[in-house]
Amino acid sequence: MTELQRLRDAFRTALDLPADAPVDDLRYQDNEKWDSLAHMSLIAAIEDEFGVMIDTDDVINMSSFAEAVRILGKYGVTIDG
Amino acid sequence: MSVFTLPQAAKEEALLKELSALVEHHREHCEPYDRILAASGYEPATSVAGLPWLPVRLFKNLELKSIPDDEVFKVLTSSGTTGEVSKIYLDKAAAATQTKQLGATVQSVLGPKRLPMLLVDTKAMLKDRRSFSARGAGVLGMATFGRDHVWALDGEGHVDVDAIREFLAKHGGEPFLIFGFTYMVWLHLYEVALAQGLDLSNGILIHSGGWKKLIDQAVSPDEFRTRLAGVGLTRTHNFYGMVEQIGTIFLEGPSGGSLYCPDFADVVIRDPETWEELPPGKPGLIEVVSTLPTSYPGHVLLTEDLGVVHGIDDGDWPGKRFSVLGRLPRAEARGCSDTYKEAA
Repeated sequence: MTELQRLRDAFRTALDLPADAPVDDLRYQDNEKWDSLAHMSLIAAIEDEFGVMIDTDDVINMSSFAEAVRILGKYGVTIDG
Repeated sequence: MSVFTLPQAAKEEALLKELSALVEHHREHCEPYDRILAASGYEPATSVAGLPWLPVRLFKNLELKSIPDDEVFKVLTSSGTTGEVSKIYLDKAAAATQTKQLGATVQSVLGPKRLPMLLVDTKAMLKDRRSFSARGAGVLGMATFGRDHVWALDGEGHVDVDAIREFLAKHGGEPFLIFGFTYMVWLHLYEVALAQGLDLSNGILIHSGGWKKLIDQAVSPDEFRTRLAGVGLTRTHNFYGMVEQIGTIFLEGPSGGSLYCPDFADVVIRDPETWEELPPGKPGLIEVVSTLPTSYPGHVLLTEDLGVVHGIDDGDWPGKRFSVLGRLPRAEARGCSDTYKEAA
């Protein structure tokens, strides 16, 4: 599975979305299921999946799928399909 | 990184400018606010203490917002014990700003890394994710600063000693974060740590929620700190904040005994009869000011809490340092920790 697929799956699992749900355009403030509780699950899922420890500021700033891709880059995880 | 950097004079200069602009912004976008100011003979302020304040109670009686209905992103409600609740309206920008500034404030004492976190509360409180209590929202907001969260209470609200022991076995050897409401920390963590001989010496405690229940048990803030230090918990930070100024918290400094104002906020102590500003050492009503409320006119609020400024530019961090002394007598009993009454 590619890094991109792994990240998509982490989002789907944490946000309780169907296995084929499109997630690449998701944004925190636009998605009902992505509330603050789901956000904590999402961070935990991403940390587990990629073996990283995300700092507080990055937890706060991870407000979209695209931001997650950018932030993971800072931790040495390159997300490219 | 800290948001506790500005000496009082520099802070007041910056705040006067920003808050005066907010007064104009809210006059323009919130009609009831404009009418209240017009009725009380508003004139532009020349000092922070001269800015027009609203009583915090007004948010229970009036819908006060400075954004159109279709831009309301979140409505926050306070925990009231008489059925009256404040309603606070946030748009996306205000919601993002409050999260960011709360984060910056807490990181001033925790640093940038998320720490393993022990929550002195029960997960059951988050069961209905559509309507958290104020207590639930507070716990959840703070959970951002932690990782590997463990709840110290089980689903029935009883202390889960095994869970705490397991947490300490795994994380107790490195810095970890403890969060809870003051009364719950006393009752459910301190007393258990004492009885069970738990080692909390690497813990950093952040707690809030009012002292009334503890004062009733003759536990003063000083006593609280001293007794917690007795179980190894030497790093404790109380904070004061309210939903009506969400994102702004006044945080206890490392030496204890005083709350400090972040760079974007301040307090003014007022005589409850004349409304004049009182000097350090004189207790009075606490007015809280903050530049964060942009979507509702909560930038200058007179609370129903009594407090006293202990000193200015003479403590752990610059600016005013103060204590909250309790509620103004006869004011409605209100506060996050009071909701524990229903849960207990």
